Amino acid sequence: MLFTSYEFIGFILILFAAYYLTPGKKQWILLLAASYLFYFLADPVYLIYILTTTVTVYLAARHIGRIAEEQSVYIKENKTSLSKEEKKAYKAGMKSRQWKCLLVCLLFNIGILAVVKYTNFVISNVNSVMKWAGSNNQLDFWDIALPMGISFYTFQAVGYLIDVYRGVAQAEQNPFKLALFISFFPQLVQGPISRFNDLKEGLFSEHRFQADTVCRGLQRILWGYFKKMVIADRILTAVNTIIRDADSYRGAYVFVGMLFYALELYADFTGGIDITIGIAETLGIKMAENFNRPFFSKSIKEYWRRWHITMGTWFTDYIFYPISVCKPMLKFARFTKAHFGDVIGKRLPVYLSSFVVWFATGIWHGASWNFIVWGLGNWVVIMISQELEPLYERFHNRFHIKDKFAFRLFQVIRTVLLMSCLRMFDCYRDVPLTFKMFGTMFTEWNWQILWDGSLLLLGLSGLDYVILAAGTILLIAVSLMQRRESVRTQIAVKSYPVRFAIWFGLFLCILLMGAYGVGYDASQFIYNQF
Amino acid sequence: MKKVKIGRAVCTIAVVLISLYLLQKLLMPKYVTDVIEGALIAEYYEEEKDHDVIFIGDCEVYENFSPNVLWDEYGINSYIRGSAQQLIWQSYYLLEDTLRYEKPEVVVFNVLAMKYNEPQKEAYNRMTLEGMKWSMSKVKSIQASMTKEEHFLDYVFPILRYHSRWSELTADDLKYMFRTKKVSHNGYYMRVDVKPAENVPGGKVLADYQFGDNAYDYLDKITQLCKENDIQLILIKAPSLYPYWYDEWEQQMEDYAEENNLMYINFLKLIEETGLDFSTDTYDGGLHLNLSGAEKITRYFGQVLKEEVGLSDRRDEQELVLRWQEKQKFYEQDRDEQLEALQNNQ
Repeated sequence: MLFTSYEFIGFILILFAAYYLTPGKKQWILLLAASYLFYFLADPVYLIYILTTTVTVYLAARHIGRIAEEQSVYIKENKTSLSKEEKKAYKAGMKSRQWKCLLVCLLFNIGILAVVKYTNFVISNVNSVMKWAGSNNQLDFWDIALPMGISFYTFQAVGYLIDVYRGVAQAEQNPFKLALFISFFPQLVQGPISRFNDLKEGLFSEHRFQADTVCRGLQRILWGYFKKMVIADRILTAVNTIIRDADSYRGAYVFVGMLFYALELYADFTGGIDITIGIAETLGIKMAENFNRPFFSKSIKEYWRRWHITMGTWFTDYIFYPISVCKPMLKFARFTKAHFGDVIGKRLPVYLSSFVVWFATGIWHGASWNFIVWGLGNWVVIMISQELEPLYERFHNRFHIKDKFAFRLFQVIRTVLLMSCLRMFDCYRDVPLTFKMFGTMFTEWNWQILWDGSLLLLGLSGLDYVILAAGTILLIAVSLMQRRESVRTQIAVKSYPVRFAIWFGLFLCILLMGAYGVGYDASQFIYNQF
Repeated sequence: MKKVKIGRAVCTIAVVLISLYLLQKLLMPKYVTDVIEGALIAEYYEEEKDHDVIFIGDCEVYENFSPNVLWDEYGINSYIRGSAQQLIWQSYYLLEDTLRYEKPEVVVFNVLAMKYNEPQKEAYNRMTLEGMKWSMSKVKSIQASMTKEEHFLDYVFPILRYHSRWSELTADDLKYMFRTKKVSHNGYYMRVDVKPAENVPGGKVLADYQFGDNAYDYLDKITQLCKENDIQLILIKAPSLYPYWYDEWEQQMEDYAEENNLMYINFLKLIEETGLDFSTDTYDGGLHLNLSGAEKITRYFGQVLKEEVGLSDRRDEQELVLRWQEKQKFYEQDRDEQLEALQNNQ
């Protein structure tokens, strides 16, 4: 069920009505039923995967929680009789039991993800190696379905389990409540990746119908649909034309495609998240924000703090930090310090941890080399920026340009261009081809296509470009307004006719200019596939 | 305060609904100057409904038979409920719909539609289905006709289908938002221009000449519906040279007519009897007849209706005569205007 389908809108309307007619204490049960129905409609087989993850994570978390309780009771009871060393030894023993349980559950669930998502990638690489070695034998690919949202819900479930292990979250007693946390349908498709502690209050408490909250949710949904249907799905035609015919569209076309894809991805992903958060808001549930005006970032590092925030913090909390402080890494840090001195010795472990994180980020996005290279490309750029930081600082201090508007604008444009270049790996989905097409931007001078009408042959009419230009200006304007406070809050203080004109106008824009219905291909959200 | 809120909510809903209604009216195709075939189905509802003969079928009925000739020469009051690429289930549901208003003595069905066993093109569906008034027949017809890309809701709220037409609106869209212009002559789409039939392609070899089960089911339904309502069903194959009508198809229709005791007329076999001349009687190289051709075969068919079916001459009914006088005026005016336009173009 696509977010942009009539079926989904009907599903939401029915759920919405039923939700506020259901007694408050049972609302979460309705949400659970709706979430499983949503998942069932996608493919009944998928239910097996999500149920397996839910059951195993529930059991493991409960076991870890019980060990923690047992420890707490034991220490309380033997507070006076145990020496400090005995307490420490006891705690270490308990922690070890928890760790084993955590490890088994993590390996099992990450294993499921790895098998369904990466088996064919591994087979393809093995086949390449065998071919290279002169063998005629080739392994058959697995015919295995990738369950919808498996990367998202697995990460969410695993995050919860680690939080329980760390004592950050309490193990949920009710398996059905945990099932809802893992399967909550709006976020199942493309995130955000929520934390149990952040979401549980909203999911499980009672919600009464509040017109203001519902209106704000609807406004956010509208804005999301505008981005998705008016901008992303419109520009998609031109992007596909360019990237699907790499032989014909080279040079300046690659540059155009690169920028168009940046706009498409932004409108598609942020639009989808707006719809997700908006739906939750109409149900009285507050979800974590996933974007903070990322295209206004002045560096790649900053960009990644503002783009897909919940994924970034997940990788930081559950991969980067644990790797950075694990025993082998600390040992490695001591080794590098001893052999390469303080400066390099300090940095190498950080670089190694970052490398792992970016490798994981890349492969999480897709089981192919282009995503891995894309992830590592980000790592390289961030590391270089970090190394050049002192040089930049000297440059800024010497020319006093750091706070100048023109320089900040330059930084923003530079970041957008850099990110767009890296995303070409995502566009062409082929590493050598991406490098080749990137090269054509400098070797094939056909920049006249920008004004000789060639852009009108990409499947978009002049009017489409006008709509896209207006839509982009609106996106930028809204982003600028957001610096002060939420745009919805700013609109809320206007008079009723003005508010009505704005929101009804936005609705009409979607209705009339949205790329939907006969003649338009229903386009999935790009992040669905991750 | 509460009253103000309620008042505001009511006003808001009213403004939203009225705006959407007006937008929908504006955006829907008007079919008055271009692709006028799209207006044919809806025109029926403006008629006095006491017809002797109802034609159902595709372009082979609405471009090849002239109800004006049937009236003028035989006193037979007829109407054509035809539309572009009307599929057989659409014909069936149109017949069902027609029977809600009147019970003709004869229903004429053109059998070319038997070649289609499943939904074809959204654009043609629209031209047939949008003009129908809402009823269970329309609902079923939509359900039976939808292609994979279509959605029922798009028929309920056509603005969802035509939402992007705002970029191609013309003055006609504003002019005909709430009214329409008569474009047909009791469902007949008149063309007076001539394009002789030359080099008409033969039929390609088909893998299977058997008409589909679905098509036969609906033909059975049409037959049954006519029987239940004591209506004589006549099957015809209009004299269009293309799409090619295969001998194997012909045989199946002859067999069906015989089995069900129905009259079946294949006008392709009656070229001499009707006097058709494909160098002067077609406007598109043999696909459809022009006015001259349509009048010729209608004269022949009128004779059949009079002599073999026994339909009576109603030219003694004063009210009907007056009605047809108006129609005849429009018929002649349309013909003269088209001829004049042709001369001006030459």
